[in-house]
Amino acid sequence: MGILDFLKRRPEPSAVVAKERLRIIVAQERSSRGAPDYLPLLRNELLEVIKKYVHVDIEAININVERDSGHEVLELSVALPENDKPGSTAPVAG
Amino acid sequence: MTAEIIVVTSGKGGVGKTTTSASLATGLAILGKKVAVIDFDVGLRNLDLIMGCERRVVYDFVNVVHGEATLKQALIKDKRYETLYVLAASQTRDKDALTQEGVEKVLQGLSEEGFDYVVCDSPAGIEKGAHLAMYFADHAVVVVNPEVSSVRDSDRILGLLSSKTRRAEKGEDAIKQHLLLTRYNPARVAVGEMLSVKDVEEILGITVVGVIPESENVLAASNSGVPVILDENSHAGQAYTDTVARLLGEERPLRFLEVQKKGFFQRVFGG
Repeated sequence: MGILDFLKRRPEPSAVVAKERLRIIVAQERSSRGAPDYLPLLRNELLEVIKKYVHVDIEAININVERDSGHEVLELSVALPENDKPGSTAPVAG
Repeated sequence: MTAEIIVVTSGKGGVGKTTTSASLATGLAILGKKVAVIDFDVGLRNLDLIMGCERRVVYDFVNVVHGEATLKQALIKDKRYETLYVLAASQTRDKDALTQEGVEKVLQGLSEEGFDYVVCDSPAGIEKGAHLAMYFADHAVVVVNPEVSSVRDSDRILGLLSSKTRRAEKGEDAIKQHLLLTRYNPARVAVGEMLSVKDVEEILGITVVGVIPESENVLAASNSGVPVILDENSHAGQAYTDTVARLLGEERPLRFLEVQKKGFFQRVFGG
């Protein structure tokens, strides 16, 4: 305990941390609510396929269903790791 | 005249559903309403203990559903209020003992018997029992603690209430959702250790119908089988009385949200 302790940044109150974490997870879960049940499965199977070519984590795959004036758009994005150049893994012979 | 059906639900266990069901049902009966409170937790009967009628259970909810007893035989009349009745959960381990048709038949029977309100005490989780408890409801009281897992689960339940209930499926007026914050500790909120009423309201996007302060009187009440709403001296009991009034449309300000300052005598002599 030093006399300058009061100058140190106080840690954030845990309730503030809780609120921020909840805000994010609740928003995320609400956006996937009502989406087709097969989305998580689709995500896993896509991961298996993609893994044959590049090493990505499941977190890197994002699937969203957007409803837009009468039609639905299945949006898929895969964040590729920076150091994984295309062709660095063995390509499957065609 | 059909009975208004109120489900008390939460998703997460141990947040105070049964305590709330017992107190809301008793509070409505105090106001002269004819009320039945039903334990939907098949296999884990508990409401009877909180209501203090555990030794008078002869027939249960599942017996009525299966036609082994009549509704009149299975309803346990409260010893304190004569318009208050308890329907106990079955202790069978058969999770399929309740069916949607069976539940509907019982609720219909209660309407025909002239009940004003039926309070459905939901089991925890989002399985069949919880689904059946909420399916026919007109009102839902979602019990939540100011704690991360409870808040997240209650959002999940709010989603189910607006999609997986009879009102939602038939495209009728939506079920009326009420958020009840329990185990609230103003002292911990004041020092930033606990989510505040406002925090929970903001995260879930719904205002609270009541806030029940954390209170040792709740355990004392359950120990003795008396719904805590009957402990008129306790803040928890008073907060439940306010909640019942708000459910019936009365406007009352929230109480017991601030840290209580101890008076001089309390500071000197403790208490």
